[in-house]
Amino acid sequence: MDIHEYQAKEILSNFGVAVPQGALAYSPEQAAYRAREMGGNRWVVKAQVHAGGRGKAGGVKVCDSDAEIQAATEGMFGQKLITHQTGPEGKGIYRVYVEAAVPIAREIYLGFVLDRASQRVMIVASGEGGMEIEDISAERPDSIVRATVEPAVGLQEFQCREIAFALGIEAGMVQQMVRTLRGCYRAFRELDATMVEVNPLVITGDDRILALDAKMTFDDNALFRHPQISELRDKSQEDPRESRAADRGLSYVGLDGNIGCIVNGAGLAMATMDTIKLAGGEPANFLDIGGGATPERVAKAFRLVMSDKNVQAILVNIFAGINRCDWVAEGVVQALRENPVDVPVIVRLAGTNVEEGQKILAQSGLPLIRATTLNEAAERAVAAWQSDMKNNPNLRAVQ
Amino acid sequence: MSIFLDRDTKIIVQGITGKMARFHAREMIEYGSNLVGGVVPGKGGETVEGVPVFNTVKEAVAETGAEATLVFVPPPAAADGIMEAADAGIRYCVCITDGIPAQDMIRVKRYMYRYPKERRMVLTGPNCAGTISPGKALLGIMPGHIYLQGNVGIIGRSGTLGYEAAAQLKERGIGVSTSVGIGGDPINGSSFKDILQHFEDDDETHLICMIGEIGGPQEAEAAEYIRDHVSKPVVAYVAGLTAPKGRTMGHAGAIISAFGESASEKVEILSAAGVTVAENPAVIGETIARVMQ
Repeated sequence: MDIHEYQAKEILSNFGVAVPQGALAYSPEQAAYRAREMGGNRWVVKAQVHAGGRGKAGGVKVCDSDAEIQAATEGMFGQKLITHQTGPEGKGIYRVYVEAAVPIAREIYLGFVLDRASQRVMIVASGEGGMEIEDISAERPDSIVRATVEPAVGLQEFQCREIAFALGIEAGMVQQMVRTLRGCYRAFRELDATMVEVNPLVITGDDRILALDAKMTFDDNALFRHPQISELRDKSQEDPRESRAADRGLSYVGLDGNIGCIVNGAGLAMATMDTIKLAGGEPANFLDIGGGATPERVAKAFRLVMSDKNVQAILVNIFAGINRCDWVAEGVVQALRENPVDVPVIVRLAGTNVEEGQKILAQSGLPLIRATTLNEAAERAVAAWQSDMKNNPNLRAVQ
Repeated sequence: MSIFLDRDTKIIVQGITGKMARFHAREMIEYGSNLVGGVVPGKGGETVEGVPVFNTVKEAVAETGAEATLVFVPPPAAADGIMEAADAGIRYCVCITDGIPAQDMIRVKRYMYRYPKERRMVLTGPNCAGTISPGKALLGIMPGHIYLQGNVGIIGRSGTLGYEAAAQLKERGIGVSTSVGIGGDPINGSSFKDILQHFEDDDETHLICMIGEIGGPQEAEAAEYIRDHVSKPVVAYVAGLTAPKGRTMGHAGAIISAFGESASEKVEILSAAGVTVAENPAVIGETIARVMQ
């Protein structure tokens, strides 16, 4: 789960990481008021969206008066910010963070990640702050400093000092850097983050080390023990289809194609998408309904897939292991009787009691297209989608 | 004996009183696994599916001589359950639980290094379907009847995609020596490479089938190991060709975040190491049949 910059800064600051003075606003008037309240003569207003690359996309503006703040934020609220990380649909701006501008002497990149190779928390730092880490590793790989944390004892001071000296931080400021690194690590560790990124971490003209930007991602599997973090979830920043799916306990990722997929198991779901692509189609989604594939879940899955207006055919691929095909088939028939769909539905069942399952589908009287192998299912789905396009070009448009 | 299990391997189920655990305990007994007990703190003295329940794993080991365990404990307590098994002297642990916090798994991995290698428990999973040596024993939740006994060793992250491969093999009359699920989590007990080592040394395994997916460095690491140390033929499939970068595809670990983590990059790395790659999940069985000839 992602959170906003202002939330990440508040968390990090509670762990001893220094951040610039700032305040949140829900309207242009409030933003101007926040700046007056804060004092000073230069501020930065930052659109709060769950994506990086805000500066280049026009989501960060420097202002010298409250009139400027009002004008700048009027152009932000209610708009979609499109950055290289949001996709073409962008993310809505409903909150703006107003921060006192600071004199920047140096920018540093600082990231904490779960490193899957060492199976530990890894710190990644570079003197090339302000750039994306992908660009740093492509253009200045020699500037990157790495350290892994021994989980039994946590991040040690000497490791922090090593990082600080490797980044060329002046001796008099090393303790500030140690405090910053330890604070980020403790926040990561204690709140079950999967990523903490401070980019840039800045050294100011008056020798302070401040987190100028902050991003945190949390482990969904650990939210049960951090209710205060769960509360920070902002649904306005999520794909509405994915939020709906998550609320229903289904795992869904929306894509750009036209063939909707309903599959049990994540690996088989990805494999089904791949087969559709190889057969000449494009999958509309990833959807794992779980190993069980109960009738209720199948029904929920159909409703979810059909809520995507681009879907022109649906491929159901269930490998019945512990459950049985006849039972899954009953579920599919029941779901489609209760919620008829207006696109071709291709069903492929495999595993336990497959013959009985096929019989139930055949005798249902529903216009289902049946398939026995994965390849056949994908080919039939692509063919059905193509002929559906030819016969009813406006089929979905008139709905 | 197969790589981890045999007909006589004494098995316990941790969390056996739960509905799903009880169901799968029965399935395992019906398959012929030697289930000797279960562990649920506070339920010691009860009997489930004809086997005694103990309060602690140590007690279960002392009373039954248990060697292997299936962890069916809910996510908040699962890491603790795995460490309890490691400390009690269990030799092989399969963890089915989906949804264990990643940092709990970091702690589990660190904890297991307390033990010298020859006494260290082997862990597969979490978030996997388990391990089966067809005709011998089932330690997991997979449907036993889709596996024929034979000489193909399967290692996979995904449950149902592994079933798909086993079913394609059965259709061609090809059997499996052992199928091991390593699970879909970012931090897991055993990697592809760890299991490849076991299959390379296993006389019953003549060919190894590796079913990977997007995310993480383990397929690339396996490729290097295969190139240098594996003499048996290896066939692989990598799921997620159509998966977009930066999105988690169901499994917590299925996310492309670095170079070498996409399906096409993994296919390239595996091919370069001499692995035969099935381009399409529908031809895994066919590809294995061709390589076996």
